[in-house]
Amino acid sequence: MAVVDERFMDLNMGPQHPSTHGVLRLLIKTDGEVVSRVTPYIGYLHRALEKIAERLTYPQFTPFTDRLDYLASMNCNLAYALTVEKLLNIEIPRRAQILRVIMAELNRISSHLIAFGSLSSDMGAFTPFLFGIREREFINDLFEMVCGARLTYNYIRIGGVAQDIPDGFIDKTKEFLDYFPPKIKEYNDLLSYNAIFIKRLANIAVISPEDALDYGVTGPNLRASGIKWDLRREEPYLMYNELDFDIPVGRGEMGRVGDAWDRYMMRIYEMEQSAKIVRQCIDMFQQGDHIAKVPKVLKVPAGEVYVRAENPRGELGFYLISDGSTKPYRLKIRAPSFANLSIVPKLSGGVMIADLVAIIGSLDIILPEIDR
Amino acid sequence: MDAKQIYQTLSEKFTGRIKQFQENTHPASVVVESDAIVDICSFLKRETELEFTSMISLSGVDLKDQGKMLVIYHLGSIRHKHKIALKVELDRNNPHVPTVEKVWPGANWYEREAYDLYGIVFDNHSDLRRILLPDDWEGWPMRKDYVYPKRYHTWDV
Repeated sequence: MAVVDERFMDLNMGPQHPSTHGVLRLLIKTDGEVVSRVTPYIGYLHRALEKIAERLTYPQFTPFTDRLDYLASMNCNLAYALTVEKLLNIEIPRRAQILRVIMAELNRISSHLIAFGSLSSDMGAFTPFLFGIREREFINDLFEMVCGARLTYNYIRIGGVAQDIPDGFIDKTKEFLDYFPPKIKEYNDLLSYNAIFIKRLANIAVISPEDALDYGVTGPNLRASGIKWDLRREEPYLMYNELDFDIPVGRGEMGRVGDAWDRYMMRIYEMEQSAKIVRQCIDMFQQGDHIAKVPKVLKVPAGEVYVRAENPRGELGFYLISDGSTKPYRLKIRAPSFANLSIVPKLSGGVMIADLVAIIGSLDIILPEIDR
Repeated sequence: MDAKQIYQTLSEKFTGRIKQFQENTHPASVVVESDAIVDICSFLKRETELEFTSMISLSGVDLKDQGKMLVIYHLGSIRHKHKIALKVELDRNNPHVPTVEKVWPGANWYEREAYDLYGIVFDNHSDLRRILLPDDWEGWPMRKDYVYPKRYHTWDV
């Protein structure tokens, strides 16, 4: 179809728009309802975290990592702690490792619940969002028990975790593990296999495995394209190599492999697996210290490391250069959503405007970690 | 392949273009000539025994005391499960390096970020604009000698 230039219209989606999942601006060149080109503009939430890191001591930067992916703060704390520990070369107590895995997986569930809920509300169904929030509330209560905060936890510290769990935490977690898995069936009945929902997502914005790798897409979005790649399995950190869990990959159940529905469904499958991991961790619990002995004035030996961990949204990596002082010489944050968003212009040529919302929602990006 | 073998393969293929092998970093790094970076990257991606499928990350670093800028490419292979870091050293007063966007399209945004924050110019880049900061921002904030502005438009900072 030949189109003349006069038919194009520039349309701004965002920076204030509910379906952009934060302050993201998409400049859309439209031909009626059809999108011909999308240019993302980011940086609205830029807080210069990498520059701030160079002026703070290592422990002081931990709370800033909470503000990367605020829906998965535990995982961000964890990746940062692992990076510094790699240079420090210290042994993490067993109890702290188990606690870290429990928190990371609970936070993965709560983050995926938001992904599930927000995609559903993007697609025009508001009820599932409330379902997701309801279960997430339970996890927020659990986190409030261990660290007092419900969003930015600052709980996983360099050397271990901030404090041991209070009485009753294990029982409450077990209660959650009995309560939560049946809810997944509810989500599936309500949303996943809903005919309208499938129509909106199946065969939309298919990411081929080659494209996914070329653009550095990671996490559930990469696995939806049929590539079995999970850092918890490929480069096991903490005690993930002792745990039994499956890595779901996209199979094209409702359309083609790597379509928006597959990306959505990865989150549902992963929530089941995370619940399974938490249950195993509770059985493995043992007494011990919750944090290793870390000096008050922390001098990190000179060196260079790139350490990465599997976050709910993909691979969060920290590239740290230490010059042996108390502050990082350079700390580069490799955020999963940054790479995941960079594929959007490639995906959105020729789609409908309504499908663009599905693309952004199914990629499950979060802006604070993109802008840093 | 382990990092040492990757280094040897590279130094056989690109004689004289590979400067140094650093084993004590994690992952191990290979310092290469900046004008050979595109050839080296496409070789690393194409060669079946290496097959670096993705560029994990790209970072700029300012080594002010040595008068150098670094660009570090962290590369990984999904099939062979190995990793390596490539480094290029640039003149701090005029940092230039060819873009690897043609090899891994995902590099586009990372290079824009390094340009935005360090002022490193990626030659032949298709869209070298600031990405995180406003277009009218002055200076390169992540450089070690950056002077914080007192004002931005009508605002006192």
